[in-house]
Amino acid sequence: MRRDIVTSALAIVLFTVLLGIVYPLLITGVSQVAFPGDANGQKVYVNGKLVGSKIIGQSFRRPVLEKNGKPKEEEGELVTEADPRYFQSRPSATEGGAYNAAASTFSNRGPNDKVTKEEDEANAKEYLELNKPYDASLTVAQIPVDAVNTSASNLDPEISQANAWIQAHRVAAKRGLSLGAVDALIARHTDSRGLGFTGERGVNVLELNLALDRLTGGTR
Amino acid sequence: MTFAGWLTIAAFALILTLGALPLGTYMAKVYTGERVFLSPLLGRPERLLYRLLRAEEAKEQDWKSYAKSLLIFSLAGWLLLYAILRTQSAFFVPHGLNPLGFHSAPWNVTFNTTSSFVTNTNWQYYGGETTMTYLSQMLGLTVQNFLSAGVGICVAAALVRGIVARTGKGIGNFWRDIVRTILYVLLPISVLGAIVLVSQGVIQNFSSYLTAHTVTGLTQSIAMGPVASQEVIKELGTNGGGFFNVNSAHPFENPTAFTNFFEMLLVLIIPAALVFMYGRMVGNRRQGYAVYGVMMFMFLGGVIVAYIAEAHGSPAQHAAGLHTHAIAGSTGGNMEGKEQRFGIAGSALFDVVTTVTSCGAVNSAIESFTGIGGAVPFANLSASEVIFGGVGTGLYSMLLYVLIAVFIGGLMVGRTPEWLGKKLEVREIKLSGLAILITPLAALFATALAVASHAGRASVSALGKGPQGFSESLYAYLSQANNNGSAFAGYTGFIQPNAGNIGAHGVTSADVLGGLVMLFARFGPIVVTLAVAGALAGKRVTPVGLGTMRTDNTTFAVLLIGVVLLVGALTFFPALLLGPVVQGLTGHLY
Repeated sequence: MRRDIVTSALAIVLFTVLLGIVYPLLITGVSQVAFPGDANGQKVYVNGKLVGSKIIGQSFRRPVLEKNGKPKEEEGELVTEADPRYFQSRPSATEGGAYNAAASTFSNRGPNDKVTKEEDEANAKEYLELNKPYDASLTVAQIPVDAVNTSASNLDPEISQANAWIQAHRVAAKRGLSLGAVDALIARHTDSRGLGFTGERGVNVLELNLALDRLTGGTR
Repeated sequence: MTFAGWLTIAAFALILTLGALPLGTYMAKVYTGERVFLSPLLGRPERLLYRLLRAEEAKEQDWKSYAKSLLIFSLAGWLLLYAILRTQSAFFVPHGLNPLGFHSAPWNVTFNTTSSFVTNTNWQYYGGETTMTYLSQMLGLTVQNFLSAGVGICVAAALVRGIVARTGKGIGNFWRDIVRTILYVLLPISVLGAIVLVSQGVIQNFSSYLTAHTVTGLTQSIAMGPVASQEVIKELGTNGGGFFNVNSAHPFENPTAFTNFFEMLLVLIIPAALVFMYGRMVGNRRQGYAVYGVMMFMFLGGVIVAYIAEAHGSPAQHAAGLHTHAIAGSTGGNMEGKEQRFGIAGSALFDVVTTVTSCGAVNSAIESFTGIGGAVPFANLSASEVIFGGVGTGLYSMLLYVLIAVFIGGLMVGRTPEWLGKKLEVREIKLSGLAILITPLAALFATALAVASHAGRASVSALGKGPQGFSESLYAYLSQANNNGSAFAGYTGFIQPNAGNIGAHGVTSADVLGGLVMLFARFGPIVVTLAVAGALAGKRVTPVGLGTMRTDNTTFAVLLIGVVLLVGALTFFPALLLGPVVQGLTGHLY
C-alpha cells in the first residue's frame, strides 16, 4: 500500500513533466520551425493588416450605419447587413455575433424542431432577397442546404460550389465583372477532396473575396 | 449519397484493417516483453523510469495487487488534475500561460471535468477556449489523455494474460504495463501524428488570441493554443475532449477532409490492433479475426444507416421547403450542424467511429442528426461500446461478452463451457455478468434520477423539444456511463460559460451525478475484469477435445453478435423507444 502510494505520486509527477511539458514543447518547437504558417493559424494579411485566418470562417456582413454615421447597435450588439459585393459565408449562430472564433459553439437545432424550421425559413428568405434580384429564376427549392443550415463549428470557412455559383450572379453585377470571370475565380478557390476522394469540395470564402478585391478593389 | 461517400467508408475500413494488423503484432510483443524495433531507443529511458519510480516492475502481481496499484495511480492523477484546474489563475501561474486571465471553473464543474478526464470519458461541461488556460490544457488535460488511455490498455493486456496464463495467479505488473504503454505505444504515435496534423493546419502555439479586422469593417477574435499535441492523443487514446468547445468540428482541430480521415484512423487504430494482439497472445490468430469480424460487421451496419439517414435530410428542412437531394455542386442532405469540408459521409462516419469507441469526439452536432441518424450513436452506446470500443475497454468488455456467449453456447448444447482450454465456472460467469450490468445500471439509474429532478424535468419538457428532450437526458448519462463523452449538446445541464471569461457555471446536481456515474462505471468494471483475469489465470488448461465449442468460426461470431444485441436491446429498448425511436418514426415537428 505505502509503496503503491509513493510510486503513484512519483509516477504522476514524472509523467506530468514528460507528457505535459516536454512533449507539448517538443511538438511546438518542431512545428514552429517546420510549419510556422500552419502552426500559427494561417493568418491572412492585407496591406500589413490582419484580416483573418484562411481556415476560420468569417462574416462578410457590414455594420449598418445610423444617420450620424455611427454603427448602429441593438442590445449591445452591432447590427449588420450582408455586403452584396462579397460572397456570404454560411449562417453562423455563435454568441456575441456571428463567427465569433473566441467562443465556438454548436447551434444544437434538432431535426424535428420547429425552431430549426423557422431558422431555415428565415435564412432562406434572406438568401432569396439578397440573390433573387440578380438571378430571377431562383426559388427556395433551389437553394443549396449549406446556405441555410448552420455548420457544426459555426466557423465553417467554406461554402458549397452550388452556393457560390448562385451568389456569383450578384457579385458579378455589383462589381461590374462578367459571370464567367467570377466563376473562374470560384473554380480557382475551390478545394479538392482530401486524398482525392474523401470529404466534399468547398469554396474558401475569405480567399475568394480577397481575390475579388485584388481584381476590382475593396470597399475601403 | 455519393460514390465518393461510399468510397470513403470502404477505404476507411480497409486502411484501418491494414494498419491495425502490424500494430497488433507490435503490441503483442510489447506486452509479452519481447524486443521491438524501438527497444534500442527506448530501453534506457524505460529502465530509468522504473528506477525513478521505485517500481518493482519485475514482480508479477496477482489481480488484487494489480487493481490496487491501478486505483491508487488513478486517484493520484485525479487529485493532481483537480488541483491544477482549480488553481489556473493562482499567483504562481505565469501570465504567458494564461494570457486571457481565465479564472478556474467552480468546484462542481471541476469535479465533473476531473472525473471525466481520469475515466477517459472527456465529457465536457465547459467550453475549452472560454474556460481553460493553456497550462491547464497541457499540464492537466493532455497528461490525463495519455494516462487514462494507458490504464484502459493495461487492463486489456492483463485480462489477456489471465486467459493465457499457464501457471500461477500473476496477470502482469501494472507499473511495467503503464510505462511500456506510454513509451512504446502512445507517445511515439502521438509525436508523429501531431506533426502530421500541424502540417495540415492544426495549430500549435502559445500566442494570445488574435484580433482580425475584416474587409467589411468587423472585428473577429480568434482563439489560439497548443492544439495539435492534445488533438492527437485525444483521438489516439479515444479520449475525445476537445481543445475547443466544438471539438473536432473546429477548423483548428480538424482543418481538412484529410485530417478528418486521419483522425478517424487514430481513433480506431489501437482498439482494432488490440483485437489482433489478443489473437496473437492466445496463440490462435483466428480468435482475433473472429472478434474483429463481429466488430467490423456491427460498425459498418451503423455507418450505413447513419449515412443514408443523414443524406436523406431532416423533417425540419423539408418543412422549410428545402430540397435535400444532391444537385450539381452540393450533395444536399442534413447539413444542419455539419461542416462543408467533411460533407455528409465524412460526418456520419466520424460520428459512428467516435461513438462505437469511447472517444466521443464530434465533428458534427449530434443534436442536429436526424432521428434515425441520431439513433445510431444511441445503439452504439447501448451495446456498451464493444464495437471496437475504447482503448483497452473495448477489448476487455468484448471478451466478457465472449465469455457470456461461450456460456450460453455451452448451455444450449448441454456441456461444461470451455474457452481456450479453460473451464468456465460459476465465479467467472457471475463476475462477467456483473461487469456487463454495471454500465447500463449506472446509465439508466442516473437518467431516471435526472429526469425526475426539478432541473431535469425542465430540461426534458423545454419548449420545442418533444422526444428530443428525453433523448438529450438519456444520452447524457448513457455517454457518461460508457465513458464516451459525446453529447446531444442541447442538454441543459450544459451551461455555456460566460463570454466574460469567468469560468464555466455548473448545475451542481448534473455535475456531481455525472461525475459519480463516470467514476463508478469506469472503475467498477475494471476491478471486476481484473478479478475475472485472476480467476482465469489460476485455472489449469485442459486439452481441446471434440466436445469443445470453437470460438474462432462464423457460427460463434453470429452467436456473439446475437448476445451483444440481445443484452443491449433488452436493457435499453424501453428507454430508446421514448426518445430516438419516436422521433425517427414521426416526421412531426415539436
